[in-house]
Amino acid sequence: MRFTRTKAAVAAAGLALSLAACGGDDGGGEDVEVAQDAEFEAGTTMAEIAERGTMTIGTKFDQPGFGLLGLDDVPEGFDVEVAKIIAGAMGVAEEDIEWKETPSEVREQVIEDGDVDLVAATYTINEERAQRISFAGPYYVAGQQLMVAADNDTISGPEDLADNPDMKVCSVTGSTPSENIREYLANNNQLVLFDVYDKCADALGNGQVDVVTTDNVILLGFVSESDGEFKLVGEQFTEEPYGIGIEKGDTAFCEFINETLADNEDAYIEAWERTAGEVEGTETPELPEPAECA
Amino acid sequence: MEPVLDNLDLYWSGFLRSLGIIGWSLLGSMVLGTVLAAFRVSPVASLRAFGTAWVTLVRNCPLTIVLFFMAFGLPEVGVNASFYVFGVTGLVIYTSAFVCEALRSGINAVDRGQAEAARAIGLTFGQTMTQVVLPQAFRSAVPPLGSVQIAMFKNSAVVGAFGVGADLFSVGKTLTSAQGYAYIPVLTGVAIGYLVITLTAGVLLGLLERKVAIAR
Repeated sequence: MRFTRTKAAVAAAGLALSLAACGGDDGGGEDVEVAQDAEFEAGTTMAEIAERGTMTIGTKFDQPGFGLLGLDDVPEGFDVEVAKIIAGAMGVAEEDIEWKETPSEVREQVIEDGDVDLVAATYTINEERAQRISFAGPYYVAGQQLMVAADNDTISGPEDLADNPDMKVCSVTGSTPSENIREYLANNNQLVLFDVYDKCADALGNGQVDVVTTDNVILLGFVSESDGEFKLVGEQFTEEPYGIGIEKGDTAFCEFINETLADNEDAYIEAWERTAGEVEGTETPELPEPAECA
Repeated sequence: MEPVLDNLDLYWSGFLRSLGIIGWSLLGSMVLGTVLAAFRVSPVASLRAFGTAWVTLVRNCPLTIVLFFMAFGLPEVGVNASFYVFGVTGLVIYTSAFVCEALRSGINAVDRGQAEAARAIGLTFGQTMTQVVLPQAFRSAVPPLGSVQIAMFKNSAVVGAFGVGADLFSVGKTLTSAQGYAYIPVLTGVAIGYLVITLTAGVLLGLLERKVAIAR
């Protein structure tokens, strides 16, 4: 292949322009309030973090609306913003936060090993997980729902799945929704599992599966991207409270996080509106009542 | 090891599922690979070209890409099947290129005189291959074929991520993600499952090698 110097220069210039265009819109949003001289009781996790002035926070890097790594190598999303509010209350500015990718299967491990100070990663609070770590929050309650192709009139809720055993239901291996949906299915062959939800959406698009199920907020992202090809059906049939994962038994830190969220409700709502709330069809949540810290 | 012992039934079902994927892929890739190897040494130029093109294309593509084309490309052009069929077919196609090359090395190790002698007594190309060359080629190809197939056993874990699910590796993922078990013991259990398959295969291969090792 021959590639002249002029062509290369034009291509490079075009690339530079398009990159500049991306950089123009500063996705970081408003600056989160950073407490100047926060005082904490000696020996607590907060005191240690405030003293250190930096934090390591685990989040997802592949979850649109909650934690998605951008081209500038900084994750963006609702989880990220909530974590910034908490960090700010301990005097840690967002540039002093080190983000660590924590996919679902390593979340408990990184907390136990002390690799991160906290995990905010669409982390559903459940009993099994609470045996290894503690949860602050919940800061958001998602719910599982079904997504189908726009022309599908057969499925109008999870109850219809067992009556249509030929319809394939797609979810992600090891996710809470993939376990929850099993009781609604005629048999296990009805469930198709991938490693990421993108593949489920692709499979729904080309007719290989008929239903995709996971938390409503994730599905809404796909619906809004699909140009009317997909729709949500039925009510939310589970409650998935998202919590902040912290070291097991750190009650003081847990209470501090809950108080911080309660004190910053405006910042919380604003954070929602410029991240996950940008997707059409989502409702701005109210901060849920925190669970008891244990 | 508590997470493993508590979920032995899940591990067992995952083990059987993986064994199924492996069994079909072993059968399919051996048959397809042998046909391709025959193509690559055949006197017909177009068959040779086809075999070479297949090996070049498939062997140089990452397995995940091959599986992507199976699971998402074929439905786009109207070919529909279950993801299990797509996954196994993808693994068969991918492995067949390596089987073909391992076998070809075996064929090349058979003395030219053998094929010439076969032709001299009037055997056709098909007869020469099936009666004279391939039986000898398989013998010297047993060790490389074994390596190729053991690699395929482990590649079966990738197939699980393409809608097949419920295989041994996916069981590990389910236990760590949804049920919050610790990573290390769960994956150790998964590793033991694969070792049971691969080590058994290694022993069988050793036996096979001894059985077919005939001094020439």
